[in-house]
Amino acid sequence: MISIKAVSKWYGEFNVLKECSTAVSKGEVVVVCGPSGSGKSTLIKCVNGLEAFQQGEIFVDGISVGARNTNLSKLRSRVGMVFQHFELFPHLTVIQNLTIAQCKVLRRGSREANEKGLRLLDVVGLAAHAEKFPAQLSGGQQQRVAIARALAMDPIAMLFDEPTSALDPEMIKEVLDVMVKLAQEGMTMMVVTHEMGFAREVAHRVIFMDQGQIVEDRLKADFFKSPGTDRAQQFLSKILSHGVQA
Amino acid sequence: MYQFDWSSIPGALPYLWQGMVRTLQITGVAIVVGILLGTLIAVARLSKSSILSNLAALYVNGFRSIPLVMVLLWFYLLVPQIISRLFGQPGVDIRLLSAFVAFALFEASYYAEIIRAGIQSVSRGQVSAGLALGMTSGQTMRLIILPQAFRRMTPLLLTQAIILFQDTSLVYVIGLAEFFGVAYNTGNRDGTLVELLIFAGAIYFAVCFGASMVVRSLQKKLVS
Repeated sequence: MISIKAVSKWYGEFNVLKECSTAVSKGEVVVVCGPSGSGKSTLIKCVNGLEAFQQGEIFVDGISVGARNTNLSKLRSRVGMVFQHFELFPHLTVIQNLTIAQCKVLRRGSREANEKGLRLLDVVGLAAHAEKFPAQLSGGQQQRVAIARALAMDPIAMLFDEPTSALDPEMIKEVLDVMVKLAQEGMTMMVVTHEMGFAREVAHRVIFMDQGQIVEDRLKADFFKSPGTDRAQQFLSKILSHGVQA
Repeated sequence: MYQFDWSSIPGALPYLWQGMVRTLQITGVAIVVGILLGTLIAVARLSKSSILSNLAALYVNGFRSIPLVMVLLWFYLLVPQIISRLFGQPGVDIRLLSAFVAFALFEASYYAEIIRAGIQSVSRGQVSAGLALGMTSGQTMRLIILPQAFRRMTPLLLTQAIILFQDTSLVYVIGLAEFFGVAYNTGNRDGTLVELLIFAGAIYFAVCFGASMVVRSLQKKLVS
């Protein structure tokens, strides 16, 4: 579904991504972790072309992200993305947040888009809040709306960029619950997160990044049993001893 | 002691009203065209294309570096020639038309800067969110960024409109009888210039002060 081949990226002189290669197959859940500044968010943003890269190639459903003649908007409309800071549209109500791209990008009729939106709000447990504005919701609720907004486009895969790291601890669970459910339903997911509990529960593979490189890319069980590198070992022990439930 | 003579004001009221209508026409046209054109210029100025952004910068800096009175005179000398070449002798008042054009183009350069700042005040993440949903950059600008930007800019846009309303008095240089011009001419004719100008000033003050009160309450509303 997603294949990343020797992708490198520079910000001026700074080499953010160094020859990163990996793949996510259909129905697979891959967690990307690593210390901050390791390039994991940048990597996931390259997948839907929000960040450009200078070398290598990324294919999503067989379509090249880097090629000049690729219709990036069309590709993005098929890949859902959830951001660290939710990025709901503050001038629109919750239901309008869910319908705007359906109507303007997929050209769905407003009734169809509305029905779809309400159904998805129900899935994330927020049907009662359809007419509110994002600012009237808690962080956890906003993030669940953001997930529903991405799902409304019927994506073939979902990208999550640190979806819980801007949330208060008591709200993390409600967002993770939605993500777990999504994973169990067979959604293809690439998730940048430090929530090792989530990784343990639903990930198939864990990728560990450090200084722009993919240091480890292993099956979940192997990763947690015995990380192959000292850096991953240190990282794991640090974040696990930090009180994060694993 | 100077003896005020207010007697000529009641008789002048219908003319003053006509002048005020003209003032409001110029203000209205300049606001609408200025904001539309200003939005285009602001978007061009922020575009990745260096040709577009340089042209937009040239427009903005150009108009902002020239006194409004000169722009008015230029257009007064220029617009009639262009119009008559294009359409022959038109039925409309050429002075009014050139005032419309001059004010609209001039104000666009000021609105462009306000709107640019408004666009830049919306976070980059909102752009990413729009693009990630498959919107084109044009759709993202139109549906996501501009509505938020305009909401935040409303007080500034209104303040600019108040300044514009006062600046319309400058059209007296092309002999157009808007509110100030009518007051001046009437006062001159009746020998009550001081009274008429005091009266006109009071009206300007009332309108502008009232409008800035509206702006202030809007600002409070937007903050809360």
